[in-house]
Amino acid sequence: MKKTMYEKIWDSHLVVDVEGQAPLIYVDRHLMHEVTSPQAFEGLKLSGRKVRNPHSILATMDHCVPTKNRNLPIADPIARKQIEVMADNCKENGLNLYDMKSHNNGVIHVVVPEHGFVHPGMVVVCGDSHTATHGAFGALAFGIGTSEVEHVMATQTLPQKKSKTMLVQVNGELSKYSTAKDIALAIIGKIGTAGGTGYVIEYAGDAIKKLSMEGRMTLCNMAIEAGARAGLVAPDEKTYEYLNGKEFAPKGDNWEKALAYWNSLPSDAGAEFDAVVTLDAADIAPQVSWGTSPEQVIGVNANVPAPESFDNEGKRKACESALAYMGLTANMPITDIKIDYVFIGSCTNGRIEDFRAAAEVAKGTKVANGVTAIAVPGSYHVKDQAEAEGLDKIFIDAGWEWRDPGCSMCLAMNGDELTKGQRCASTSNRNFEGRQGKGGRTHLVSPAMAAAAAAAGHFVDIRKL
Amino acid sequence: MQPYTKHESIAALMNRSNVDTDQIIPKQFLKKVERSGFGVHLFHDWRYNDDGVTANPDFELNKPAFQDAKILVVGDNFGCGSSREHAPWAIADYGFNTIISTSYADIFYNNCFKNGILAIVVSQSQLDALMAEIAANEGVKFTVDLENRQVTTPAGNGFTFEIDPFRQGNLLSGLDDIGLTLKHVDKIDQYEVQHKQLYPWLWA
Repeated sequence: MKKTMYEKIWDSHLVVDVEGQAPLIYVDRHLMHEVTSPQAFEGLKLSGRKVRNPHSILATMDHCVPTKNRNLPIADPIARKQIEVMADNCKENGLNLYDMKSHNNGVIHVVVPEHGFVHPGMVVVCGDSHTATHGAFGALAFGIGTSEVEHVMATQTLPQKKSKTMLVQVNGELSKYSTAKDIALAIIGKIGTAGGTGYVIEYAGDAIKKLSMEGRMTLCNMAIEAGARAGLVAPDEKTYEYLNGKEFAPKGDNWEKALAYWNSLPSDAGAEFDAVVTLDAADIAPQVSWGTSPEQVIGVNANVPAPESFDNEGKRKACESALAYMGLTANMPITDIKIDYVFIGSCTNGRIEDFRAAAEVAKGTKVANGVTAIAVPGSYHVKDQAEAEGLDKIFIDAGWEWRDPGCSMCLAMNGDELTKGQRCASTSNRNFEGRQGKGGRTHLVSPAMAAAAAAAGHFVDIRKL
Repeated sequence: MQPYTKHESIAALMNRSNVDTDQIIPKQFLKKVERSGFGVHLFHDWRYNDDGVTANPDFELNKPAFQDAKILVVGDNFGCGSSREHAPWAIADYGFNTIISTSYADIFYNNCFKNGILAIVVSQSQLDALMAEIAANEGVKFTVDLENRQVTTPAGNGFTFEIDPFRQGNLLSGLDDIGLTLKHVDKIDQYEVQHKQLYPWLWA
């Protein structure tokens, strides 16, 4: 039988499949951060259970950590305690933790690929919805809740329902101004934030093949924003080249064995998907979200939609309430939207290529009057690399703040946040109400679009720069 | 986990779609290391005025008729976004044990059942009827019978719902998922032996 990549990974990880119970699948890698794990460790302890495979776990601290004055104790006592509890839990259970002082520290989904901890064909989980990122390697990677974190620690398995499969085929060539982020947003704009619910998406087509590994990470990262359980890209030479030589990548004989296995993973020609969505990359303009859901997104050259332009009552209502929250007027040009803040970073767009793209636009500019712009590398390794290339100077000379790594303004848990009514051009992944601070207004964009907005004080069609 | 028993309870109406987990429990409350005490923060940014303390009278769940509700009737794609289990913890701690909607985000749906919350999926027309019934008679009580997969309402908008028998059984018995899985520990051991042979690089 012809199988999709998802089905191959599913079949090879099935531990128990009996009538009347959810299938149990095996978990190869378990990623952790400080926010969604403490209650799981507590549960484990209370029930007298142990971590089954400590080597399968890699942990970091990212959500609560400050992005400046890292030498000082964390000011917020509750956040400080969460960080301390994480350190204690990892020590007690013998887990590999890149703590705040580690040179390997950073956002979990940036750090993990840097060290080659995830490989094609793996099942990977984390108490974090953006675990989908690692689908870029052809691994089945998905977010779980804290009870499931405890379950995986205790059993190395998870009861799972098999997902349906969706092929998202992106044909043709992307313009040089559009990026993986724009593909991700355009897909969500097309299928909606519930469009992928119940599915695992496989991204394919020429435009996907041409993406770098970092671009594929950006794309898969936002599979969850389309409601999908996970996103996948078939592994290829780029994947192998990226992994080769990394700390946790297979070595010697094992590398050859792994390659043979990885080469068997891509979906068989003619394998059937439950749904197919097709896009033409050439049609994808740089995207800007205008509402409070990632599906409320449009090309930068377009106007903010009017409620009456939607054909169903739910979407009309959602548009009305989004316009009110966002302080926008129907039919105004996107490029007339003025911003107060710019954030470049996050597990979506906090990697070196993102800072290169932003720096190229920021070079020689100045942040517009009244605008605050912060650049937050996804990890210390990204930060080092950027500094080695002189990117930090470009940002600083342009009036940006150059910070230490962390999730920062993607979810604004660490004190980096908007105040009520402030408007941000953000390279993160969610524009929900209050996501970047109560009353804050978020517009999702690519790094280059964010940098252009910082200099102009409003959105700019970077194709016209 | 408490076993889920048949109950007759007030059904609260929140006619909103795509309610995300950031709204259910905003990020500033995720720093705690305990599982309890999140109910007071449920829907914080909508529920309270700017002072963060006084109740916002315009928020649906602050209506007197909806106090003590155990059933939450909401629009589609409920619980989208972040995987935070703090969302169902807050919902359960507030007092809800049942949610009725046309669809839920995947991770949130799983998280509900780990916390004794029954998430019922209905069709759009069923949801419309339930919403209309509550709107016309705020404070109305619905009966939820999980064993027989039945919801009944005074106006006759009752229905039978579908639910995975495994989830149904776990909710009814209040059983611990991990305990159930560990009954298969020999199969996990066997799988790992084979796994080490097939994929030695994962264990190097």
